[in-house]
Amino acid sequence: MSNIKSAFNNGKAFIPFITCGDPDLETTAACVRAAAENGADLIELGIPFSDPTAEGPVIQGANIRALNGGVTTDKIFDFVREIRKDIKIPMVFMTYSNVVFSYGSDKFISTCKEIGIDGIILPDLPFEEKEEFLPQCRKYGVDLISLIAPTSNDRIAMIAKEAEGFLYIVSSLGVTGTRSKITTDLSSIVDIVRQNTNIPCAIGFGISTPEQAKKMSDISDGAIIGSAIIKIIEKYGKDAPKYISQYVKEMKSAMN
Amino acid sequence: MTNPNGRFGVHGGQYIPETLMNAVIELEKAYNYYKNDPEFNKELTELLNEYAGRPSRLYYAEKMTKDLGGAKIYLKREDLNHTGAHKINNVLGQALLAKKMGKTRLIAETGAGQHGVATATAAALLGMECVVFMGEEDTIRQALNVYRMRLLGSKVISVKSGTGTLKDAVSEAFREWTSRIDDTHYCLGSVMGPHPFPTIVRDFQAVISKEIKEQTLEKEGRLPDAVIACVGGGSNAIGSFYHFIDDKDVQLIGCEAAGKGIDTFETAATISTGRLGIFHGMKSYFCQDKYGQIAPVYSISAGLDYPGIGPEHAHLHDIGRAQYVPVTDEEAVCAFEYLSKTEGIIPAIESAHAVAYAMKLAPKMDKDKIIVITISGRGDKDCAAIARYRGEDIYE
Repeated sequence: MSNIKSAFNNGKAFIPFITCGDPDLETTAACVRAAAENGADLIELGIPFSDPTAEGPVIQGANIRALNGGVTTDKIFDFVREIRKDIKIPMVFMTYSNVVFSYGSDKFISTCKEIGIDGIILPDLPFEEKEEFLPQCRKYGVDLISLIAPTSNDRIAMIAKEAEGFLYIVSSLGVTGTRSKITTDLSSIVDIVRQNTNIPCAIGFGISTPEQAKKMSDISDGAIIGSAIIKIIEKYGKDAPKYISQYVKEMKSAMN
Repeated sequence: MTNPNGRFGVHGGQYIPETLMNAVIELEKAYNYYKNDPEFNKELTELLNEYAGRPSRLYYAEKMTKDLGGAKIYLKREDLNHTGAHKINNVLGQALLAKKMGKTRLIAETGAGQHGVATATAAALLGMECVVFMGEEDTIRQALNVYRMRLLGSKVISVKSGTGTLKDAVSEAFREWTSRIDDTHYCLGSVMGPHPFPTIVRDFQAVISKEIKEQTLEKEGRLPDAVIACVGGGSNAIGSFYHFIDDKDVQLIGCEAAGKGIDTFETAATISTGRLGIFHGMKSYFCQDKYGQIAPVYSISAGLDYPGIGPEHAHLHDIGRAQYVPVTDEEAVCAFEYLSKTEGIIPAIESAHAVAYAMKLAPKMDKDKIIVITISGRGDKDCAAIARYRGEDIYE
């Protein structure tokens, strides 16, 4: 059991996603601090991947900018080691299976533990394939976060029963990106989740406005915001941290 | 070869977003039902024979054989199929399956455009909507095929992300499928992606080796000594190999696109330069850097310009049952010109990779040996690009 549970002790959890190295690691560090100081409860740190098949154009763009800036898995590990000195809230990595696998699963996951990463989210690793990394995650005490989608139906209970850390509920069909409307019947999904596990669940994909964040966190334990944060970083670059502060404050207060 | 989890040795699997899991489970169930359904098989065979023109010819390339002075060379003429390539075998199977499943819309990726054209054709025939994703770079290299797809009533989406080639078209098709599953079937064009695609596509392409076997037995009274095919994702190659896998004396050779050479970064030769990884739903070999970032691969051939290889090929390589060899752009272009001049057959530049290797191998083999080269497609689509490669600018 990792530290992740503590993220849900402070009202509804606000979970921002930030791509490491977009546009550079100094800006990422400042953005993470800005988010943590203004009410973020858990940070999802993206390790960029060349071909992020679950991402829409906004996060694809962040991946490209970060990789073009020369960021690597090793540099991100060093960066987390550094920010961990003052960032106390839980942090998880969001990346793709190949990034973990090619680094050496054991080496990657043991390093996560060593530098203070509490969990890993891999959007291309469904329930059926989790044995790929689960033994190492168990060995080092890093949570392998499970995802539930609008199409999961009869799979929800199965996934929820074995979930660790928190459950990531994907709000909509398709890839990441802001949406004007979320039409999935998320309450029903959350009901099934609640019947099968005690771990918290947060909703992500498509959330950008305070109203949406409130709505989503009313039916779950928190909201995950990716593309909306990335858009701020894309727009303001090195000046993004002050806008992130403002945005996180606004979102967190709308949710609670 | 497939175990219940869709593995070929360590390769394969289902590394896809949760959103798609029920879709691939539904597909697997439907496929397992219909593959044994006599009615489905009757309909498919009728489409393959009456519409696509199967069986394709096994042609004795006498001039080429004499010129090279070694093994007897046969060409498996998949280029004579309707739409000009082997792709139609798989597409008719998948489109019919999708229709049985109640899907009304097909999406597909395409590299050279052959799979896109085949999918657009099947959609037109079966009255389905069709959207094809094609890398921007490839829409330029294969402009004629873009027009053909549109003519057949399909929408072609030019993919600008990444390197604007086949891998990006695959990524974009997966993204599209995640957003629209109910009425849409992703008609994947090669033996790649998550289970059950590598198995489904292989089964639909296995007709190639089934026919080669029957035809060589009929013409020569024995099996060939070597079967040679080009490999990108590897659908025509696995189709050409499949019924020979248990015939250990038949050498199986896959020809990868080496681009400007396997000692350069401008290559797409996965077995020669890649390593084990997880991408596009499968575990297999991929061209990638030390951090697992997928490499921007290159080949003159849009159809082979892919950084991975199907999981069953990766397994056949691991166990030493098939051999994978790199063939450069220059060798492929020479073979393209050679087959045109020698036999009056213009092969697809993809298939020319297989011809190029056969040109090296045949002279080293005795005259009583037999080689079968799969000509996976015809080369009309490549003429303008090859002319450009030779410094001649022509209008398409």
